Amino acid sequence: MDYVIEMLNITKIFPGIVANDKINFQVKKGEIHALLGENGAGKSTLMSVLFGLYHAEEGTIKVEGKEVKIHNPNIAKDLGIGMVHQHFKLVHNFTVLENVVLGVEPIKNGQLYLKDARAKVLEISKKYNLYIEPDAIIQDITVGMQQRVEILKMLYRENNILIFDEPTAVLTPQEIVELMKIMRNLASEGKSIIFITHKLNEIKAVANRVTILRKGRSIATVDVKSTSVEELSEMMVGRKVIFNIEKQAQNLGKPILEVKDLVVKSNRHHKNAINHVGFKVHRGEILCVAGIEGNGQTDLVYALTGLTKVESGTITYKGKDITHQKVRTRSIDGISHIPEDRHKHGLVLDYTLAENLILQTYFKEEFQSHGFLKFDNITNHADALIKQFDIRSGEGAESSTRSMSGGNQQKTIIAREIDKDPDLLIAVQPTRGLDVGAIEYIHNQLIKQRDNGKAVLLISLELNEVMNISDRIIVIYEGEIVGEVDPKTVTEQELGLYMAGSKRENVS
Amino acid sequence: MKNLSKNKAVINGSASVLSILIGFGFSFLVLLISNAPYSFVGLTTLLLGGFNGGMQGIGNVLYTAGPIILTGLAVGFAFKTGLFNIGATGQFIIGAFTAVYVGVRWTFLPVEIHWVVALLAAFIAGGLWALIPGILKAYRNVNEVISSIIMNYIGLYLVNYMIKITIFDPTKNQALMPTRAYLPVYGLDKIFTNSSINVGFFIAVLMAIIAYIILEKTTFGYELKACGFNRFAAEYAGINSKRNIWLSMVISGCFAGLAGGVMYLAGSARYFEIIDLLLQYPEGFTGISVALLGLSNPIGIIFAGIFIGYIKIGGFYLQWYPIMPEIVDLMVAVIIYLSALSFFFRAKIVYVLRKFEAKK
Ligand SMILES: Nc1ncnc2c1ncn2[C@@H]1O[C@H](COP(=O)(O)OP(=O)(O)OP(=O)(O)O)[C@@H](O)[C@H]1O
Ligand SMILES: [Mg+2]
Repeated sequence: MDYVIEMLNITKIFPGIVANDKINFQVKKGEIHALLGENGAGKSTLMSVLFGLYHAEEGTIKVEGKEVKIHNPNIAKDLGIGMVHQHFKLVHNFTVLENVVLGVEPIKNGQLYLKDARAKVLEISKKYNLYIEPDAIIQDITVGMQQRVEILKMLYRENNILIFDEPTAVLTPQEIVELMKIMRNLASEGKSIIFITHKLNEIKAVANRVTILRKGRSIATVDVKSTSVEELSEMMVGRKVIFNIEKQAQNLGKPILEVKDLVVKSNRHHKNAINHVGFKVHRGEILCVAGIEGNGQTDLVYALTGLTKVESGTITYKGKDITHQKVRTRSIDGISHIPEDRHKHGLVLDYTLAENLILQTYFKEEFQSHGFLKFDNITNHADALIKQFDIRSGEGAESSTRSMSGGNQQKTIIAREIDKDPDLLIAVQPTRGLDVGAIEYIHNQLIKQRDNGKAVLLISLELNEVMNISDRIIVIYEGEIVGEVDPKTVTEQELGLYMAGSKRENVS
Repeated sequence: MKNLSKNKAVINGSASVLSILIGFGFSFLVLLISNAPYSFVGLTTLLLGGFNGGMQGIGNVLYTAGPIILTGLAVGFAFKTGLFNIGATGQFIIGAFTAVYVGVRWTFLPVEIHWVVALLAAFIAGGLWALIPGILKAYRNVNEVISSIIMNYIGLYLVNYMIKITIFDPTKNQALMPTRAYLPVYGLDKIFTNSSINVGFFIAVLMAIIAYIILEKTTFGYELKACGFNRFAAEYAGINSKRNIWLSMVISGCFAGLAGGVMYLAGSARYFEIIDLLLQYPEGFTGISVALLGLSNPIGIIFAGIFIGYIKIGGFYLQWYPIMPEIVDLMVAVIIYLSALSFFFRAKIVYVLRKFEAKK
């Protein structure tokens, strides 16, 4: 058989955990090979071994039939292997173009010479429909474009084995469709693609074969065509997963949050990020703010949680005006916030799991007395949440958060925020990067909040999620609320029209 | 013995020792090139450090270590909270001047508490000097490295000026001596005969323990470190990151100021002179090496400070031999600066240990 990549008997051990346990993984030339597994199953680790970031304790790697030793990423690159990491690795204050050529900078007369590089980048960008702005600074561009930059980096180096570690977790549905087109294109040119995702429909849509990992072991490699979504998830989790959630009838209470005529200035453009927006959230309801990324969702959440200044308008919570209150006050009053960017806001990566689990509550009686931390309570608290939310890591409460898998980092944040028993839970993309089993659990938790007479404000790009769990949907477009719909009656097409700004109604 | 790779004390300790050994290797090389006949005896003298002179030498090591531990703490504390306080030198100078001024002029104080007040004044003055870059960083996002370097120079010249107009002794061309406020010795000179030891070292150790407790055991330390590691996450958690940034700078400055006080309230210390070069106050910069060698851990910094004191005293005894003083300074500097490499070795040691354990 002509495999381009063969990873045989790979074992990788971290303190307290065997992340890869004699894994076998083989990729054919020109195929899209998906890698599926629960959070912490060892997918990113396996790919990091292939890319030379980690060194396996055991096992062999063959590239095009020849055994190779990949000690570092440079060797991987020489072998034509490229990787888009789960958390991007771009230089934030460099331009797109500078990032693409970084490491293989063209030099002329001892100076950086970008003219030819620019032409080449633009050519690739055109050929694969990877729209970018070569001179934009990374920190100013959307996550979607950052990812295109990562892909361009691989193509610029003419890699022909491409690893995508959860590329779709951070993309909008439209961008996902685009990315899948690009992947198909690349595969048809004979490039081999390894594609990690938790979304089974994506695997169904583009992959030829899929290898399933569970708790560090390779369970099976199967053809995608002949395997159903249900079978896949069962192989992955080891039990049946229910995709449609049962919700009780709604028991709508009084409004808990009232936003009136809210205006938030943008720091990116001269228009208002949030332009005279008003809405209410009631107890016992899950209200979803739907919209295409970058239409003001982030600023809205920052304003509600106190992370940004409000220009005008009022925010009333439990009958009190909190428009200018501090983050801490709002948090103590029962507002929880699952942030959009888990690494920027959600976690202190250098803290342990236990320390991160008290980030919002370390000052409470339970965790301190007279300013001294109560370490026993902190550890017990962590152990309880680890168990309840099935947070997996090598060293339990003492694991460094940085070493945890992406999905388990996300679970850490969710556990912390739900454990606060909030009256209003503001959840931004809460299930980003979670496996289907974990998503099921989190969705049930959100619904439990609602059934207990609490309120949930959900911001999600995931149409499935929006349709399945929300009670009411408002659509945001260019910083304004352009429509309110009922998830039970609205069609995806109609919702799409609102989100694209081609349909609007007056909402009060 | 399993899980050596998880034992922090073992890893940190061996990393520091390894970098120190390399430092000795290098300084031996320096000696070999510059003064081959004395290279061997030179090295042993340096290695013997404070032990060359028996109890006197040991006493002097502890005496030298006091201010060094304190400046190391200043830098290390700031490091832990994500700030680089390169201004420890300036805060040291300001603290030193304040202590000497109080020691010379505030003779209305009872003798028993004169030194305490003088030290306290140094402590506060150093903190205030650090408050300026702290505020600039917190509220204007001015890089603390740049602003505190500027503050170093302002401090140096301000102190020169202040010496001239307040406590200058023109007959000796130096500042008046704060004899009334010298740090007490409490009979330590009986144990360490003929050495310059005083309570300074013990004050430094006490401060290190306090710093450790603040950082590792309190909610305040939890907040400070959170701001240092990830300012955005701290703000998300409702922690007042601006306040924590300047507070951290001030605490750091207090340690540096105290170092100045401890240094100049000792009978055998340098006289306070009009000095034009920041480098003539090397303690602040040595603090950076000490913090790195001690891996910013207050307890580690105690040992790092003692070590640097030990080497400096070793350098002092090198003067027994016809080795140029510049070479001695060079050797001491090489060891101090290479010891900062411990950071780098730490990662390597963890890696090697893990590999080793995985094999078993
Ligand atoms: N550098 C590291 N140090 C210690 N443990 C690690 C390290 N990297 C990964 N692990 C552990 O190895 C296990 C596998 O992690 P990995 O990131 O490969 O999971 P994953 O399958 O990619 O999960 P996810 O879907 O959540 O991204 C996890 O339990 C994680 O805690
Ligand atoms: Mg992963």
